[in-house]
Amino acid sequence: MKAGVIAVQGDVAEHAEAVRRAATAHGESAEVVEVRDSGIVPDCDVLLMPGGESTTISRLIHREGIAPEIREHVAAGKPVLATCAGLIVLSRDAKDDRVDALGLVDVSVDRNAFGRQKDSFEAKVPIEGLSEPFHAVFIRAPLIDDVGEGVETLATVDDRPVAVRDGPVLATSFHPELTEDSRVHDLAFFPESEVEA
Amino acid sequence: MPEATDLEELKRGTELVKRGFARMQKGGVIMDVVTREQARIAEDAGAVAVMALEAVPADIRKRGGVARMPDPANVTEIIDEVSIPVMGKSRIGHRKEAEILESLGVDMIDESEVLTPADDEYHTDKRDFTSPFVCGARNLPEALRRIREGAAMIRTKGEAGTGDVNQAVKHQRTIKNQIRTLSGLNHEEREKWAREHGAPRDLVHETADLGRLPVVNFAAGGIATPADAALMMYHGCDGIFVGSGIFGAEDPVEMGNAIVEAVNNWDDPDELADIASGIGKGMKGQSNESLPEEERLQGRGV
Repeated sequence: MKAGVIAVQGDVAEHAEAVRRAATAHGESAEVVEVRDSGIVPDCDVLLMPGGESTTISRLIHREGIAPEIREHVAAGKPVLATCAGLIVLSRDAKDDRVDALGLVDVSVDRNAFGRQKDSFEAKVPIEGLSEPFHAVFIRAPLIDDVGEGVETLATVDDRPVAVRDGPVLATSFHPELTEDSRVHDLAFFPESEVEA
Repeated sequence: MPEATDLEELKRGTELVKRGFARMQKGGVIMDVVTREQARIAEDAGAVAVMALEAVPADIRKRGGVARMPDPANVTEIIDEVSIPVMGKSRIGHRKEAEILESLGVDMIDESEVLTPADDEYHTDKRDFTSPFVCGARNLPEALRRIREGAAMIRTKGEAGTGDVNQAVKHQRTIKNQIRTLSGLNHEEREKWAREHGAPRDLVHETADLGRLPVVNFAAGGIATPADAALMMYHGCDGIFVGSGIFGAEDPVEMGNAIVEAVNNWDDPDELADIASGIGKGMKGQSNESLPEEERLQGRGV
């Protein structure tokens, strides 16, 4: 499996490690490539959109010509895991003209809706498809509102969605790449089988 | 619908949450700003965060006197202006300035040698703050002492306000070199190294095993051009702080854009040549060599 991590900015190495771990647990090996330029995404089987600053990531994926390649990847039905800033960049509407959202996940988002860094938190979040709650880290996290038809809500905090699936894209407002637990990466790329945490 | 999350179990200000914030800054450029207008320009240029301060380091040098935390009203204006994280500088050992910055909602506090130290002996105990801290270091023992005190991010000290990248390179090379040395030592040799260098033992072992610092490691101090930023990425930094280099440049918008793009393209000379072309002059600067010893900021807070 060839996994591309969009690497223009954000916690790239953490996602690279998590996808390697997930693949190994399923008896596969992942060849991980960092995507900082166009021409790499078309060869990837799966993509990861890391956390970081959505304004910076949005700007650089458009400048480098990576944005249209991500659109083609999703149109071809190939899996994507997008976390935090990744979710904002892929959303239908980030309600902010500083982010040129790609409209690949049919939700609108409120950037930094959980507050500033001092309001950032960790919590045990039950996720559809996982038998045990997931230790989730929320960093200046976005809130998902206005979930489109055909979008499945996988987890909530305070009745607001924090993980959704829209076709081949799994998107979370938290950071599954910050812990050793790769079950969310499993859900995104190996949906058939859960590996014990 | 999925099962609800138990909000009673929710935890803030943990080491994971603080270090996690620092990780989200990787591959980014954090820009010094003094006004809300500068903050706007920095965000539009693609900065991952802005650092609020009273005056940029080059102006602090020129002006002299005591350098303190920024005016709280000014910090609030900057927070209201931008959607990216806002960081703020406190004096070394000035716990109250740090608490005020946290109360204002600053996302990360830089306990910084660029300001006049409030305490000659001690840094602030950063562990019981909810907000994460970044601190400067010239070498590995300094970095590990700051991490022991609770820093969630380390940056090189460099020599702020000079526009001379020389000292940032020296500090980054020193840290990398010391980590390489440690990785090649056995358990008792690492113990001796920790003792001799005044470095926390457990962090010495952890760093030696990881082959890198246990927190994110940025470059700071004297970075003035896209090429300087690319050089620090080449030396293995996770990202870049630019102080006087943006608003001391002839065209801050062009310079800001170019440095952001240079960090993403640091290993592609053709792209770098294009990025660095026609962006106007960089800040004038002052060579590190020409600085009298008493004007060097990097020796503060070891």
